[in-house]
Amino acid sequence: MATQTMTAGAAGEAHAAHAEQTFWQRYVFSTDHKTIAMQYLFTGMAMAVLGGFFSYVFRMQMAYPGAEVPFWGIVTPAAYNTLITNHGAIMIFWVAMPVLIAAFGNYLIPLMLGCDDMVFPRLNRLSYQIFLLSVLVLFSSFFVKGGGFGGAWTVYPPLSSKAEYNLTPGGSTIFLIAVALEFVAFLMGGINFITTAMNSRAPGMKMYDIPMVVWTIVLASILFMGSVGPLVAGAVMLIFDQTIGTAFFDPNRGGDPILWQHLFWFFGHPEVYVVLLPALGIVAEIITVFSRKKLFAYRTAIYVAIATCVLSFTVWAHHQFIAGIDPRMANIFTVTTLLISVPVAQMMLVYIATLYGGSITFTTPMLWALGFIATFLLGGVTGIFLGTAGSDIYFHDTYFVLAHFHYTFYPIAIIGSFAGFTFWFPKMFGRMLNETLGKIHFWVTITAFSGTFLPLFVTGILGDNRRIPDHRIYPELDTPMLNGLREFATISMVIMLLVQFVFVFNVVWSLRRGKKAGKNPWKANTLEWTADSPPPHGNWKDLPRVYRGPYEYSVPGRSEDYWPQDVPN
Amino acid sequence: MGATTTLHALPRPPQSGGAQLVPSAVMAMLIFVVTEIMLFAGFVSAFTIMRRSALVWPPPGQPRLPVMETAANTALLLASGVTLVIAHRAFRRHAPDARTPLLATLLLGSAFVVLQGREWVQLLAAGLTMTSSTLGSFFYLVVGLHALHAVVALGLVASAWSRLRRGFLARSFFGVTEVFWYFVVGIWPLLYWRLYL
Repeated sequence: MATQTMTAGAAGEAHAAHAEQTFWQRYVFSTDHKTIAMQYLFTGMAMAVLGGFFSYVFRMQMAYPGAEVPFWGIVTPAAYNTLITNHGAIMIFWVAMPVLIAAFGNYLIPLMLGCDDMVFPRLNRLSYQIFLLSVLVLFSSFFVKGGGFGGAWTVYPPLSSKAEYNLTPGGSTIFLIAVALEFVAFLMGGINFITTAMNSRAPGMKMYDIPMVVWTIVLASILFMGSVGPLVAGAVMLIFDQTIGTAFFDPNRGGDPILWQHLFWFFGHPEVYVVLLPALGIVAEIITVFSRKKLFAYRTAIYVAIATCVLSFTVWAHHQFIAGIDPRMANIFTVTTLLISVPVAQMMLVYIATLYGGSITFTTPMLWALGFIATFLLGGVTGIFLGTAGSDIYFHDTYFVLAHFHYTFYPIAIIGSFAGFTFWFPKMFGRMLNETLGKIHFWVTITAFSGTFLPLFVTGILGDNRRIPDHRIYPELDTPMLNGLREFATISMVIMLLVQFVFVFNVVWSLRRGKKAGKNPWKANTLEWTADSPPPHGNWKDLPRVYRGPYEYSVPGRSEDYWPQDVPN
Repeated sequence: MGATTTLHALPRPPQSGGAQLVPSAVMAMLIFVVTEIMLFAGFVSAFTIMRRSALVWPPPGQPRLPVMETAANTALLLASGVTLVIAHRAFRRHAPDARTPLLATLLLGSAFVVLQGREWVQLLAAGLTMTSSTLGSFFYLVVGLHALHAVVALGLVASAWSRLRRGFLARSFFGVTEVFWYFVVGIWPLLYWRLYL
């Protein structure tokens, strides 16, 4: 690399050369971490629209079974299966991961560490290209014979391995290939994140000067790297079962279907924490900035995040309590599952202790961050009923499970992303979002979200089973009470989807008319706020030097209540 | 591509505070290898579970895996690891001296791949196929995956050797090659132990 020997003057010339890039070089085949972050962000948002539309269709079918759904038509059982499978897969693999890890990771890691780009910019570009390819492969599965895969996002065999059960022979294999490609993309991204955080920090930035969100995204990447192998192994085995007739998961011929569940959930449960950790980091940043206080117990928060990573490898079988695993094993997994709630609860205490006594400003990002704490706590607490083997036997596969994991994933993927997006929007685009519209969007979204999933906890407790396309054929599920709750949930959900237009309008309007943001609109300490908004290629003219930790707010004896990391005194 | 290369020729932060403990390329390969180890762990643990829960093992009517011949192949592969260690030491001392041990690594590694391929042909002829039993499925899957890694790693070794011959082998490239080849060598005895014995 010639980089080390170049002088600042030569760097300036390199900047000038940048202006001559064509549209394609600049926006499509860019190696700039910020452009790649935007590509991930907007692809993720587009996929969220698709995933949201899918959920609208099947929720309408739940509330008004058999009726014609506007913009779709009659929902057949096969279409219902495909919709519900792809809704789950899209929201986790193509929305939560690209937005929370890839978009925020790519955008924030170099800016917060004070370097000009990722360590491997071309690997980074390849990562997005493979991700885009995985999206296209997934789309192609909707157009093959039999339609998109309809065997649930967990892909349990024999439903997923035998075409005569799932009735989507092409779709099921293409689905697995799409997921595998997506993992390859994130593998490359993760390698980049970890290496950059290890080797490209600004001079003076020690381990405990790294902002929380960088810590959590890097830890999430490590967690992803550690857990994805067994699932890829399982996916390869399943593809062979589907295509060339091996019998890895076929008990008639010496295979074991439970084996898939172990391989899947060995990844699948850490995956929950892979997306949770970045959201926790984002919320930590926002809460400290708008409480004007040091993050409470910064080091403990890091240790807690590490403990969550370690423990998350030991909880996977709580998804399989009724799959026929050894009951003694169920006891062990109950204990580890309840144990992991300790570090997560500690993280919540870190937030609340940071808020305590702070001078809080209720900006839109702060509202989202507080909304995250409130809703995620409810999601976590309901998880205790499912993590305990005894009560899980009753709750398993009911709407209680569905409501529980939406109360965890929705705060993570949607509320966490909105928090991060509204907080870093001024940095990303150089303009402020409209606060009034932002607050309307927040309050309606969060109310409608609760209106959607709180009733589903109740229907679950009453015994409403998941994955039934038309409950009218089960008289005990067709009671007026259950139907009323379902209808309430669906109406709330439609309101929640509609209010997103306020958000879209706010973004489009603010991009043109919003107030100019300046470098540091929130008066925050971390390094990204010392760059221009939006940061140019290469981020800074002179790369910053770090003198202190990221959370020095309201330090006694200073005239300002913040103390940026790059200011010498 | 030329344009993008110059664009990235921006100054890195001065290396006063953040000296690289491990070069970035080697670091990246180490992280990748961790993922690979977990991939193999997934296969091997799946195989172990299947083997333990089988009523009869090995599956009746299926050929036995050639334990002794493969042991000889394993010795070849381990020897290639030793020659790479020698190459590493020579590279540190006086880089051109590493050429001969690197070539030895390449030849020993290739011999391993070829002999394993011969074993496959014999087993296929004896009736062990991908679909004949779970033993066959796992055998070809895991050993085939290892062979794939060995071939890619051999490509790296060959490239390192030819770069060295032309006199511009970067330390980081050699480091990446080493990490990957040690992984290929190091994981094989474990696979041999779980699959063959």
